[in-house]
Amino acid sequence: MGLIRTSLLHINQSTNYPINTSTNQPINQLTNQPTIMTFILIFISAVFVNNIVLAQFLGICPFLGVSKKINTAIGMTGAVAFVMTIATIFTYVIQKTVLDPYHIQFLQTITYILIIAALVQLVEIMLKKVSPPLYQALGVYLPLITTNCVILGVALLVIKKDFNLVESVVFAISTAIGFGLALILFAGIREQLNMVKLPKGMEGIPAALITAGLLAMAFMGFSGIVK
Amino acid sequence: MKKLKSNFVNMVLVLSGIAIFAAFTLASVYSLTKKSIDNSRQNKQKEAIQAVLPAHDHFDSIPVEMNNGVETTKVYKAYDKNNLLVGAAVESSSNNGYKGHIDIIVGFNKDGIIINYSVLDQHETLGLGARMVDWFKTNKGKQNIRGKNASTANLNVSKDGGEIDAITAATITSRAFLFAVRNAYFEFKSNIIEPESELVIKTDSMQANQNDSTSTLNKIEMKGQNK
Amino acid sequence: MKDSASKVLLNGLMKENPIFVLILGICPTLATTTSALNGMCMGLATLFVLFGSNVAVSIVKNFIPDKVRIPAYIVVIATFVSVVEMLIHAYYPVIYESLGIFIPLIVVNCIVLGRAEAFAAKNTVFRSALDGLGMGLGFTFALTLLGTLRELLGTGKVFGNVIFPENYGALIFVLAPGAFIVLGYLIAIMNKLRKRTV
Repeated sequence: MGLIRTSLLHINQSTNYPINTSTNQPINQLTNQPTIMTFILIFISAVFVNNIVLAQFLGICPFLGVSKKINTAIGMTGAVAFVMTIATIFTYVIQKTVLDPYHIQFLQTITYILIIAALVQLVEIMLKKVSPPLYQALGVYLPLITTNCVILGVALLVIKKDFNLVESVVFAISTAIGFGLALILFAGIREQLNMVKLPKGMEGIPAALITAGLLAMAFMGFSGIVK
Repeated sequence: MKKLKSNFVNMVLVLSGIAIFAAFTLASVYSLTKKSIDNSRQNKQKEAIQAVLPAHDHFDSIPVEMNNGVETTKVYKAYDKNNLLVGAAVESSSNNGYKGHIDIIVGFNKDGIIINYSVLDQHETLGLGARMVDWFKTNKGKQNIRGKNASTANLNVSKDGGEIDAITAATITSRAFLFAVRNAYFEFKSNIIEPESELVIKTDSMQANQNDSTSTLNKIEMKGQNK
Repeated sequence: MKDSASKVLLNGLMKENPIFVLILGICPTLATTTSALNGMCMGLATLFVLFGSNVAVSIVKNFIPDKVRIPAYIVVIATFVSVVEMLIHAYYPVIYESLGIFIPLIVVNCIVLGRAEAFAAKNTVFRSALDGLGMGLGFTFALTLLGTLRELLGTGKVFGNVIFPENYGALIFVLAPGAFIVLGYLIAIMNKLRKRTV
C-alpha cells in the first residue's frame, strides 16, 4: 500500500498546481464559471494580447485604407463597434437556436454573411435618418464593413471559442476597441510618416505595412499577460 | 441584352431562387462529404492512439473516461493477442498552456514506462511552445521523456526541481505539458493498477515491502466501491 | 477595345496582381502564409471560389435585378466558399486545421466580390472564367511566394524541406510582425520592378 500511495504523493507534491486533497489528483486551475475577472481577461486579451488587427490579421483592408487620418479612424471604429456587437448577438442566437439543433452547421457561412449584409444596410438607413452628417463622414466605408473580415471573423471566433452570449458581447466590444486602438495609433503614425521623404518604391503601402509590423512587434510585448 | 427590371416581384423571386439553389447545392455537398469528414476524424484518433502504444494486437476503441469536473481524461487499454494487458494510451490535457488549452495523448506500457506521446491540440506560439510536438521526444540533454518510468521519474521542469529540460524560452508551455503527462499517468495508474475509482487497498505489509512493484500490484487484494 | 483572352488571364498574374498591385485580400495573405504550403493551399482555395463565382455570376448576370445584385453575388460566393470548406475538411483535414477560420473568410475577401462586380457582371462566361483563373493564380503566386519567404527566413525550410538549420532562422518572420514586414518589402520591390518595366 505504501508503495502506491507514496508514488502518487511523489507526483503530486512536486507540482505547484492545486491538488484535490480527497482524491490526491492534480486539478486544472481554470473553472467554467464566468466572473467579472473572466470579462476583464477577455477584454485585455482582445485589446492588447491578441489584438484583432496586429495579431490576428483581421481588418487589414480598412486598417490600411482608413487609417490616414485620426478622425476617420475614430468614425470607422464607431461604425464597426456598433455593427460588430449587434451582428455577434444575432449570429450567436441563430447558431444556437437554428444551426446547431437542426445540424445544419454547413449553412453557417452563408447565414452569417447574409445577417451581416442585412444589418449593414439597416445601419446605413438608420444613420441616414438619425445623423446625416455622420452618414456623410462615413460615406463609402459603411458598405465596406460588410466585406470587412473583422465582423464575420468575430462572429465565427466566438463560436470557436465556445463563449456564452454575455462573453460573446464582451468579446465583440473589446475587439472593436482593440481595432480602434490599432487604427488610431496607426493613423497617428501615418500622419507623421506622410511628412517624410521615402524611397520611391516604399511610399504608401509598403511603408505602412512595415510600420504595422513594428507596431505588431510592440504589441507582442503584451503576450503572456493573459492566456 | 436586357436585364430584369428591379421591381419587387422580380427581386424577391430571384433572391429566393438563388437562396434555394444555394441551400440545395450545399446540402448535396454536405451529404457527400459528411462521411469522409467523420471518417477522417475517427481515423485521426485511431492513428494517434496506435502511434503512442507499445507493441500490441488490439485496443479498446471505447475509452474509460474520467471526469474531474474540469476536463475529461480518456484511457484506451491495449492488449496482445492473448488479451493480456500490455499498456494503455491516455488522452490528457491542460488549460495552463501559454495560450490556453493543450491536448495530448501519452502511451504507457504496463510498467508505467512512457512509450511515446502525441500532441492532439495546441495553439502555442510557433517556434516556442509549439515545439512541444517533438521537443520531449528528442534525445538531447534531459528533454526526452520517452523511456522514462512515470512512477519513479520526476516529470517536472528543472526549474521546479524536476529532471526534464523545459523548451527554451517556453517554460509555461513545458510546465503545462508535463502536467498533462503526470495527469495521464495518474489516470493510467487509477485504471490499470487500481481498477475501481474509489480505492481502499488492503495489502499484506510484507508484500508492500517488495521491490518489484508489478508483482506486488498483482498480489494486492483490492476492495473498491463500484461506480 | 477588348483585351484578348490571354491578356485577361495574364492580367491577374502581373499587371493587376491582387496582392501586389491592387492591394486587396491582405488579411488572409498575412495570416495564412506561415509556411509555403499553407500559403499555396489558401491561394488554391481562393482560386476555386474566384473561378466558380465568376463563372456563376456571369451566367446569371442578366437575371439579377440591379438593386439586389450585391446580396445575390454574396449568396453565390458564400455557396462556393462553403463547398470548398466542406471539401477541404473532408479530404485534407490537416490543411483545414491550419487554415482555420480563414477558409470561411474567403467570402469577405475583397477580391472575390470585387471581381464579380467589376468583371463577371459585365463580361461573357468565358472571359469571366479566365479572369477568375488569372486573379486566382496571381493570388496563389503571391501567397506562395510570401509563404516561402517567411518559412525560409523563419525556420530554414521550404515546403517542409530543410534548406538551412533552424537555428539560423529568425523566428520573427513566422510570427505576426514578420508577415507585415516581409509583405511590405515585397510590395516595395514589386513597385520598383514595375516602375522599371513600365
